[in-house]
Amino acid sequence: MARPGKPPAESWTGRLPDLGTGLVSYEDSISPEFYELEREAVFRRAWLNVGRIEQLPRKGTFFTKDLPVAKTSLIVTRGLDDRVRAFHNVCRHRGNKLLWGETPRHETRGSCREFMCKYHGWRYGLDGSLKFVLQEEEYFDFDKADFPLVSVHCEVWEGFLFVNLADEPSQSLLEFLGPMVRGLEGYPFHLLTERYAFRADLLSNWKIFLDAFQEYYHAPILHSQQQVPALRNFQTGFKVPHFQMDGPHRLMSTGGWKGVPRHMTPAEQMYPIEHVTEAGLMGPWERPDIPELDPAALPAGLNPGGLDPWSISNFQIFPNFVILVYERGWYLTYQYWPTSHSTHTWEMSFYFPPSRTASERIRHEVTAVVSKEAGLQDAGTLDGTQLGLESRVIDAYPLCDQEVTVRHLHKVVGDWVRSYLREGKEVPV
Amino acid sequence: MSTAMLPEEFAECEPFAAKWCIPTEAARYAERLNSTIAEMQLFYDAMYPRVRDAMAHLDKFSLHELPDRELNLLHLVYSLIMVSLPVEVWHQPTVIDSGTAYFDRYLEPSP
Repeated sequence: MARPGKPPAESWTGRLPDLGTGLVSYEDSISPEFYELEREAVFRRAWLNVGRIEQLPRKGTFFTKDLPVAKTSLIVTRGLDDRVRAFHNVCRHRGNKLLWGETPRHETRGSCREFMCKYHGWRYGLDGSLKFVLQEEEYFDFDKADFPLVSVHCEVWEGFLFVNLADEPSQSLLEFLGPMVRGLEGYPFHLLTERYAFRADLLSNWKIFLDAFQEYYHAPILHSQQQVPALRNFQTGFKVPHFQMDGPHRLMSTGGWKGVPRHMTPAEQMYPIEHVTEAGLMGPWERPDIPELDPAALPAGLNPGGLDPWSISNFQIFPNFVILVYERGWYLTYQYWPTSHSTHTWEMSFYFPPSRTASERIRHEVTAVVSKEAGLQDAGTLDGTQLGLESRVIDAYPLCDQEVTVRHLHKVVGDWVRSYLREGKEVPV
Repeated sequence: MSTAMLPEEFAECEPFAAKWCIPTEAARYAERLNSTIAEMQLFYDAMYPRVRDAMAHLDKFSLHELPDRELNLLHLVYSLIMVSLPVEVWHQPTVIDSGTAYFDRYLEPSP
């Protein structure tokens, strides 16, 4: 039977014959051996988002980013020439981690002209060059120019900082992102600088949480309370009217809960806090009066399915980075950083235009709080999914048409691992 | 001299100020988990009817130059938001079905 919201006689899965329609194994999410392959095949070959340009507001600002999945830590910095560079966070002298926070296991950020090692005081410029060696004359056949920090490929796209840990990436960042993700170009990310950032250590493989946020089939069940009791209905149809895949990346666009944006919902059909503050899960009801955020000014690639009404586009950028852009003039990001085959660190950030009044700030707070509570339900379930999969009672699972994104992610990860085993450097295109 | 924490127009919310004027989300979330639903309901019943008044009052000031009492009032509204879902939806301090999950908000605007 056709479900409301589903295009007639369509199968999203069927449009991508390579995906097939068969049962899917999640061995890729419970196998320590697969995880070891994935570290090399995926996380050392793909471009990885490690932050935003606003984290480097001035020359000499830096932050560290620990990447347990690649067994390394990075320094990302803005040089005196304004160029953004990334380096492995390791001193050339005796291998000490160069910069850290409270302990060597904590990240740090700040502003400086030179990075100094806490161990023997070697100092490096913001361009990575070795500037000072204590008692340099005691070394043998020594030239400081031979010992710069080990650099990492780093590119900035629309203010997002990406790194690639390969010696020579087989694709440029723009080639890797491809036309669908690049459809976001021109969105005024630079104006949305009021950030709320969260971190969580979660008890599942990274892909299991990605899966939870890339289908909305679960929403009326796990998040039934997003509706007031009178409106709860477990048969809410086909929730995503537009899917798109491009290379390893995925896009889903929605038109809002049951096709009605939250700000157009009658008062008795929402919770009192939303009604009194005029904000909720989908953001503040009023779009900010910023010309760059007017729908007419937004890039066409933001809503490539041309949905009307349109409320969210969810860009799943391979492997572990998600950007959700909301029609109400804000966006959020997720990053999933594996820490073992069965655990990961998850990061979420909300970005709004800077509040000009207390009311605006209060509305942002409502959205940040309500959205976190929904996310806690998703995260709380992961532990159970990981336990169920690890029982290995079942080795193949069905996926429905609106879980096409889940099918795609596991297929792509498998393709990347197979191509790594076969060819090494070149990533699948 | 008055020891009130809130602007005088919000005197009826004063009994809740000492407990709920909390500047960070992490501390508000902790306070919520340490409170009973009955405590949150009392606070909610006093504060909810004044949210629109509080927003209108606070908007008369510059957000980044709020006097102490207005800043307390803003923090009290943030706490009202923090307890609203336990009171309106979950009927318990924790989120239903959130298991062991915990999200740490480590960066936020001030105020």
